[in-house]
Amino acid sequence: MIELLRYPFIVHALLTGVFVAAVAGPCGYILISRNLTFAGHALPNIGFAGAAGAVLVGVQPVYGLLAFSLAAGIGVGLVGNDLRERDITIGVLMTLALGVGFLFLSLYAGYAQRVYGILFGSILGISATEVLVTGVSAAVVLAGFLVLYRPLLFSTFDPASAEAQGVPIRLISVLFMIMVAVTVAISIQVMGALLVFTLLIGPAATVARCVRRPFMVLLGSAVLGIAYTVLGIALAALSGRLPVSFFVASLSFLVYVPVRLVTHGEA
Amino acid sequence: MGQAARRASAPVVTLHGVSIKLGTRQIQREMSFEVEEGELVAVLGPNGAGKSTLLKLLLGLVQPEAGRVEVLGRPPGRGNWGIGYVPQFRAIEAEGTLRTWDIVRFGLDGNRWGPGLPNKGRNARVDKVLEEVGATELARAPIGRLSGGERQRILIAQALLSDPRLLLLDEPLASLDIAHGQEIVALVRRICRTRGVTVLFVTHDINPLLADVDRVLYLANGRSAIGTPQEVITGETLSRLYGAAVEVVRALGRVFVVGAPI
Repeated sequence: MIELLRYPFIVHALLTGVFVAAVAGPCGYILISRNLTFAGHALPNIGFAGAAGAVLVGVQPVYGLLAFSLAAGIGVGLVGNDLRERDITIGVLMTLALGVGFLFLSLYAGYAQRVYGILFGSILGISATEVLVTGVSAAVVLAGFLVLYRPLLFSTFDPASAEAQGVPIRLISVLFMIMVAVTVAISIQVMGALLVFTLLIGPAATVARCVRRPFMVLLGSAVLGIAYTVLGIALAALSGRLPVSFFVASLSFLVYVPVRLVTHGEA
Repeated sequence: MGQAARRASAPVVTLHGVSIKLGTRQIQREMSFEVEEGELVAVLGPNGAGKSTLLKLLLGLVQPEAGRVEVLGRPPGRGNWGIGYVPQFRAIEAEGTLRTWDIVRFGLDGNRWGPGLPNKGRNARVDKVLEEVGATELARAPIGRLSGGERQRILIAQALLSDPRLLLLDEPLASLDIAHGQEIVALVRRICRTRGVTVLFVTHDINPLLADVDRVLYLANGRSAIGTPQEVITGETLSRLYGAAVEVVRALGRVFVVGAPI
């Protein structure tokens, strides 16, 4: 397995995977705690439409991805806290985005491989520059967690009290969704738009069932996500042609199920 | 607590000619009263009379349509840490997983930026306030497992962590039975007396508090009256507030308001 590290594309994949998983897990914990798991599913799909649009007009897909997921993230952050209303709004927007995404795809006459990569991930073809961009983006999201830490947790778990104590809950909500949008944009390289949800929610959902202290859940979901990704990349590389996202999704599922059964009655 | 001693300091809450409108609905007209340091005041009235809105007004979350509001010597503003606030029964997210201790800790520095490094002194303050409300043994329990009364203690502890001079409690007795309600009232009275903190206690039933309150603020029909329970909870005063015939029956040390249009 160590031999794999001789290939630069494997090293790039591993670095990217580690950066992405380190921020996706913590984002997922807050998304779950804010009842925003559906938004975590919708954002990458909306981002996909942006990427398809970028490909159509001949721009790097990542820019379209980032633009659409940022817009959607800010929108979700601004929409109020009525859960039902919010999920319906997100659902309507997501299906519109998917429809538009398919339109862009059908209008695009070029090589479909790039779009395919956006949907399912293309982690084994990442350049050194892309690794750097991913690392910087992940560092920015982590810095966001550090700065927002206390008011983010306060407004997530006890919004009524937080608002009364002067926490700018709307601003925190928007800033957090921007962090999620950036995380989604960089995660799509690894997992693809359809499976980003796995990396966002899988580790956090598992760790939150075992650990109670918020800091330990944040740390634990980052560590677990990194473990899934590194293992997934290694298994994919060893298997030859099988996709990384399949292995990550399977690992996440295989760990979650027993944990869920053992912690029955907690939460 | 002598009234004279209390009058010596500036009032903690001053409302002068305050009118409140929520959307198109007139909640209160020309409300004026003062609350002194260390007073325990029950805020009474039917649903929709503006009890919760009054607390939000003092927090700066609702703006008055007219009139002057002063809290702790200045106009209300967001993030006034002189005020401890326990909102009406609320959903605390991820109830099953989050520890009671962490929920209480939010009251200490939850509104500050940055991660907040581990600090023994701060942790000790959380432990101390849990002890003050008699909830030390609940610290490690998930908040979702607490009973209604235990939960109320925890939320009061959270509000006390900023050492407030004014404590606003919104329906802390809602969904509690009489015995647990009495425990909360006893706790609030003890906190009020030992800390010298002013308490506004919103409730729809005065009876659990009757022996403990200094004064009652009664809101109804856009009007208000303040005074001792004997002064305010009378057929005459309440009939004037409601604008309809209301009788007050006193029996077995309890009061019953009869005929109030809800």
